[in-house]
Amino acid sequence: MTVRTLTLDGEPVSAREDETILDLCREHGVPLPTLCHLEGLSAVGACRLCLVEVKGSPRLQPACTLRAEEGMEITTSSDRLRRYRRQLVELLLAERSHVCAVCVANGRCELQEVAAAVGVDHVRYPYRHPVTALDASHPRFVLDQGRCILCTRCVRVCDEIEGAHTWDVAGRGAGARVVSDLASPWGRSDSCTACGKCVQVCPTGALFEQLQPAGGGVKRREFLTFRTRAREQGPWGR
Amino acid sequence: MSQRLVIDPVTRIEGHARITIQLGDDGEVADARFHVTEFRGFERFCEGRSFRELPAITSRICGICPVSHELASARACDALLAVDVPDAAKALRKLVNLAQLVQSHALSFFHLSSPDWILGYDSDPARRNVLGLAEARPELARQGIRLRQWGQQVIEAVAGRRVHPGWAVPGGVARPLSAAARERILAGLPEALATARQTLGWFAGTAADHQEEARVFGNFPSLFMAMVGPEGELEHTDGKLRFVDERGAVLADQVEPRDHRAWIGEAVEPWSYLKFPYYLKHGYPGGLYRVGPLARLNCCARAGTPLADEALAGFRQLGRGAVLSSFHAHHARLVEILYAVERIEQLLADPGILSDEVCAVALRSRRRAVGACEAPRGTLFHDYEVDRDGLVERVDLLIATGQNNLAMNRTVAQIARHYLSGQRLEEGLLNRVEAGIRAFDPCLSCSTHAAGKMAMVVELLGGQGELLDAATR
Ligand code: SF4
Ligand code: SF4
Ligand code: FES
Repeated sequence: MTVRTLTLDGEPVSAREDETILDLCREHGVPLPTLCHLEGLSAVGACRLCLVEVKGSPRLQPACTLRAEEGMEITTSSDRLRRYRRQLVELLLAERSHVCAVCVANGRCELQEVAAAVGVDHVRYPYRHPVTALDASHPRFVLDQGRCILCTRCVRVCDEIEGAHTWDVAGRGAGARVVSDLASPWGRSDSCTACGKCVQVCPTGALFEQLQPAGGGVKRREFLTFRTRAREQGPWGR
Repeated sequence: MSQRLVIDPVTRIEGHARITIQLGDDGEVADARFHVTEFRGFERFCEGRSFRELPAITSRICGICPVSHELASARACDALLAVDVPDAAKALRKLVNLAQLVQSHALSFFHLSSPDWILGYDSDPARRNVLGLAEARPELARQGIRLRQWGQQVIEAVAGRRVHPGWAVPGGVARPLSAAARERILAGLPEALATARQTLGWFAGTAADHQEEARVFGNFPSLFMAMVGPEGELEHTDGKLRFVDERGAVLADQVEPRDHRAWIGEAVEPWSYLKFPYYLKHGYPGGLYRVGPLARLNCCARAGTPLADEALAGFRQLGRGAVLSSFHAHHARLVEILYAVERIEQLLADPGILSDEVCAVALRSRRRAVGACEAPRGTLFHDYEVDRDGLVERVDLLIATGQNNLAMNRTVAQIARHYLSGQRLEEGLLNRVEAGIRAFDPCLSCSTHAAGKMAMVVELLGGQGELLDAATR
């Protein structure tokens, strides 16, 4: 395995060839907000919160999908990045209907945490409050599209780990929605095994358990850790 | 030409209100109306949500009595699940409801109303509040503040968070009570009990000074409704309904809250967004009934705890048959505080209250359900209909202040008749109208949940009855 050397906010660091910039940031304690990324799932670069500056490239790039390359000069924090991150989170909040006071995730919500971390104290965009129905047809779980940020963690965990591929994203732009099977009610889905992994990985209150609607939304993600460990330590390989 | 005088706003009640006093052609008070102007549309907000979220959502209706809404809602949800709530959960819900009663009554009595008596109705309004009280009667103010704090601490010890606990859930409660929390509650209990006894003794002793208010502040015959236990004892959480008349005779007993629509009609008046509930059999407005502390003490056969039973006997001396003056609601609150403290001690003495079986888990099995409890201000009903997935189709809330609205109108008219001279709103009258309404401890933010549209007219009428100004929103 070749080792690459590059700089992270001016500090020289070294990386294995399979490491991403986000991996490096975590390794070196460089704070970087993320939402769609979750250790144990594939990276998709959907939320754009982890954008970094790469010297010589006019485009900002998501650290979660960016492989470390020899000689890269990465900046994780600048006025421009801070401005963008804050705007992104504000847009996420304005896009649907987030009423934290009555949300199952209140106090444990990754969107809230990230909003606090990037300094969102108010939202400068008008709230869109789209009309979104609750899908409570599943006997154990509920989907509230009003709190979905389209991170696709649910889609990935269901496909990559459970192997059911119940979830997908349908529609485009502001009309995009996660859907189960071919946009049929979740409770009538043939593919769903009711394992609940999607609920456990959802960063917000969009997916929750019927029995935990009132602030009790504790996420259980041990299964992801087992998988990552097993991979790292060999027995599963890739 | 008839004339109208408008008093606006009533201070020191939660939310906002507008009052119209209607003079007849003879210049005498013909009628009075207490308009509620704040509108929060919570019923609409609940539609389309999962019923399991309703205890948490509806507990946001009112910042003053979140616990009551949460409990009424959780009880309606229990009924949707058709489960037996475990005993420990029932006891814990009672405990929290009683603690809520203590803190809310303490707020009403000490903070909001006692300045009127201690400092005088006509004292400087800037001082006629809890700060003025703290100067004039530091010990009383301190006791009141500490009693209220204890009530809040009990809620916190059991339910976790003081405001908006999110703790009562369909089928039970979210967490068992820890032994440490029980000890914390018990540690403060003797002081709470002492304050309750002492304040009751003091206030009962001042009855002679309050004869005029007792005569004028909402003193008229009416029916009363409250929840009672199986033997007619006081019960704030888990009981059935009883109606009594002005003589104290029982008109209906052990009425299931889910059948309340068969007993209570709701009249609509063009001038208000509140609906006007009445005892159906007696028609509108003859079926006027009151709810709240006065009604609970008039309805119950006994309190059910030793000291409160004694206090209840003393309270009953204030009337023949039922106690009719709403001014005596203040006294009733003190009796209820005493009851609540004693009952909390009883509930905590049962080792079963520490059981960790606190929630029955089930799928939705009914489509319609009603939950009720006694909120500090009176009986509260949550009436839900859900679809097959448990999504809310209809939410109807019947709230204490709404049920007392007719009685409040009558109280204002009675006070105006007594204190109004000529066509001017003198300070003295205004102060007494406010005090009369405060006897009901109305909580206005949640009593205006009803109508579908919002159109508010604010009127300013001159001494000649001519309209000087009007604002519509
Ligand atoms: S998902 Fe998070 S941000 Fe959205 S309402 Fe819930 S707690 Fe608030
Ligand atoms: S439902 Fe949750 S996990 Fe799925 S895309 Fe939306 S926010 Fe992400
Ligand atoms: S975490 Fe990198 S784009 Fe979402």
